[in-house]
Amino acid sequence: MKSVNKTIPSIDGKGLMMGRPAFTDDLAEKNSLIVKVLRSPHPFAKILNIDKSKALELEGVELILTHEDFKRNSYTRAGQGYPEPSPHDKFVLDEYVRHIGDEVCCVAAVTKEICEEALELIKVEYEVLNPILNFEDAIDNKSIIHDEPEAHEMFPIGFEPKRNIAASYKMEVGNTEEDVKKSDVVIKQSFYTQAQAHVMMEPHTVNARIDYLNRLVLYSATQTPIHVRRILSQTLEFPLSRIRVIKPRVGGGFGGKQALHGEMLVSAVTLRTGKPSKMVFTRKEVFESSYSRHPMRFDITLGASKDGMLETIDCYVLSDTGAYGEHALTVFMVAGSKVLPLYNKVKSVRFHGHVAYTNHTPAGAFRGYGAIQGNFALESAIDMLVDKLGMDPIEFRDKNMIKQGETSPIFAIMGEGTEGTAMNMESCELEFCLNRGYELINWKNTYPYIQVSKNIRRSVGMAIAMQGSGIPYIDMGSATIKLNDDGFYNLMVGATDIGQGSDTILAQIAAETLGCDTSQIIVYSSDSDLTPFDTGAYASSTTYISGNAVYKAALKMRQMIVREAALAFKVDESIIEYDGTTIKADDKEMTINELSNRLYYNEDQKQLTSTESYVGTKSPPPFMAGYVMIDLDTETGEVKIVDYVSVVDCGTTINPSLAKGQVEGGIVQGIGMAIYEEVLYNSSGKLVTNNLLNYKIPTRKEINKLTTEFAKSYEDSGPYGAKSVGEIGIDTPPAAIANAIYNAVGVRITSLPITPEKILLEMKKREGEKR
Amino acid sequence: MMKIKFELNNKEYVFNEDPSKRLLDILRNNFSLTGIKEGCGEGECGACAVLINGELINSCLVPLANVHNKKIMTIEGLSETKRGKLIKDSFSKAGAVQCGFCTPGMMMATEALLNKTAHPTVDEIKIGLSGNLCRCTGYNMIIEAVLLASKEGEGLW
Repeated sequence: MKSVNKTIPSIDGKGLMMGRPAFTDDLAEKNSLIVKVLRSPHPFAKILNIDKSKALELEGVELILTHEDFKRNSYTRAGQGYPEPSPHDKFVLDEYVRHIGDEVCCVAAVTKEICEEALELIKVEYEVLNPILNFEDAIDNKSIIHDEPEAHEMFPIGFEPKRNIAASYKMEVGNTEEDVKKSDVVIKQSFYTQAQAHVMMEPHTVNARIDYLNRLVLYSATQTPIHVRRILSQTLEFPLSRIRVIKPRVGGGFGGKQALHGEMLVSAVTLRTGKPSKMVFTRKEVFESSYSRHPMRFDITLGASKDGMLETIDCYVLSDTGAYGEHALTVFMVAGSKVLPLYNKVKSVRFHGHVAYTNHTPAGAFRGYGAIQGNFALESAIDMLVDKLGMDPIEFRDKNMIKQGETSPIFAIMGEGTEGTAMNMESCELEFCLNRGYELINWKNTYPYIQVSKNIRRSVGMAIAMQGSGIPYIDMGSATIKLNDDGFYNLMVGATDIGQGSDTILAQIAAETLGCDTSQIIVYSSDSDLTPFDTGAYASSTTYISGNAVYKAALKMRQMIVREAALAFKVDESIIEYDGTTIKADDKEMTINELSNRLYYNEDQKQLTSTESYVGTKSPPPFMAGYVMIDLDTETGEVKIVDYVSVVDCGTTINPSLAKGQVEGGIVQGIGMAIYEEVLYNSSGKLVTNNLLNYKIPTRKEINKLTTEFAKSYEDSGPYGAKSVGEIGIDTPPAAIANAIYNAVGVRITSLPITPEKILLEMKKREGEKR
Repeated sequence: MMKIKFELNNKEYVFNEDPSKRLLDILRNNFSLTGIKEGCGEGECGACAVLINGELINSCLVPLANVHNKKIMTIEGLSETKRGKLIKDSFSKAGAVQCGFCTPGMMMATEALLNKTAHPTVDEIKIGLSGNLCRCTGYNMIIEAVLLASKEGEGLW
């Protein structure tokens, strides 16, 4: 292969490094009105009155919008396939506020300073209501968070707003209760995960203008431009044909931008004033007023035979979706569907539970999307079971985990919001990942721990994980390739590059297929008027789904070129030889430059354009084994990550360096969730960790060695054998680190993040018990 | 309003402005220097870092009055220099750029670090760049980029 499986720098990197205008705020009209939102100081309240008179008197204030200015069209901010599996429980502005930081009203003014002054002059009267600040108290609470009659589900998702339930789900294969009774060894444990924040470096940013065709043009830092356009049109009742959404370069998303954040208000301001406007979230707003990861509680029961076969998994999950139900059901289901098939030899599995509303910052999509929560719970529980069995964790996994050619009934039962799709593992190198990681971390000589100094114990821990490659029969990607004169191409894709490098790897796939150099492919992505449809950057779908679309479109373009060459040479297509540069038939020869110039200006004149789309019929999982080596200080409880070994099977890596970037970026976010990123609310429901000083993401100082390798693997249904790689990296750190801590000092931490305090406290408790 | 004089990217400017405005806004809005990014507005993320008289400083925390009579260098200026080009090539080669939002600040931090220590150790790089947050990479590719710049830029710093 010439272009694929090759490391090349990302095609946009150099321009971005020089600071060229490329991100949403760089491209706002200079005279844009600034839009800012007055945000609720109460976790739950009814707005009785908004007095905007003083603010309106302020010079430079253009417009103030309140809930009275909007029709009560309920919608979901979640950018997902349509109809969305998320409940429609949100209004552009509402008479209720449901979390601290929720929108009360918005001001548009000529400067940021005037906007801020105006916000202070607005007087709001509230009727303060009883908030629900603990998700375990939410269901059937006297307070009802979504009592509005307009809230509804688009299809059955178990939506019961009167009970504060955003979604419910239940599935069972076999009979778990019976199998638990029959099992020789049983463990039961609850696990808690926290509301991790995305902390993409570019805050949520959007700007709008009316163009010369009298259409609304939005630049938005979004992962889902096409969903943004649809949801805007439906909710604001503005014709879809008059909206254009352009996604410029995006400064990271991680799921945080898989929803609308400022798009509604900015559009409303521009449509009403006719003037350009823009909104840039403050970092505090990103923390408090966008969304975070769903916190969850898992109640897990595992049963095994004494010879070490896992017989049954029973799992109840309670998920906290906060004030709104974005991605409520689907994240919940992925906590099962992308975790449970790892152990496919069980006789029975039950997975059921609820997603509850609370008056916290909403939860939504976040890299891993439930899988990281589920992985922490299941992979921690597996190690507990292994310990009780007196077995080796690696041996147990090798015996029980899914392997090449096998399947799991879960695939057919659980999809994302609907039924799933049955599939066999046609590329599964999990066994290799397990064995290779074992060697790389030096498990044999370290497990369970070695004493390196008086206070320091060095230990190892591990976990295995899987993810998916898009959502079968729902996610669609498409691509258009245009041949230009002089023989270079435009590749137009709906796929949404948010910094992961999808424009680059899609260009590599096109170049490989067309036989040209990657520099001959000029990529434009995500402009709703100019590029073809794509669901967007989520669900680990771009490499596999959009990549397949690009492959098909490039193959078609190649055939078109051969056909045109046959016409030019007056020969049969079958004798044409084409290497991507030179076209040959018998003694005739022509370059692609000559052919393309001929098509533009001389003979057989025409524009060659090929368009193809791809919808997955399965979702081949990438797999990985994550092994961590830690140094645990038994005096302070501090954990230092010495090395994190990732051995990943994502099929062919289209661009090994970018794939490594995806894995290692995910690992570091996973390490953050495991031990650094504490989320604290005070007793009145205020998020305390709402800035980068209090909310600790790993910096360069915390990260030591990362060892990343890729298994040799080839997925036949993927473009050049590739599967997706965007999410798999994040899944293993919480469980692997928790397991390493157990291996070091024998305490099992069951709630995230694992702080030194928690470790010391458990160590003290354990010492107490021993005495 | 106050008369402000400064040297920006090796060119002198004199103009009247509100001295309490943030340097970040002045550079982005008045000078259209889009390489300076606002990631947090609180001096925590380093995306808006510039060099003021050679010191690495987050421009979101600097009132305009403070840079009167000073020399400012942004990524746009650095990119034009030999050292800037070398840092750019090193970041590119090491695959240190993902979304690119934090990268200009990271490159400014690299320039500041290499100015002080031409051959930093890995630990010195970790400390030198710890004021610049990145959420995309695993950081190691950025450390490799700085090591590469230090090696290939022999004599430049």
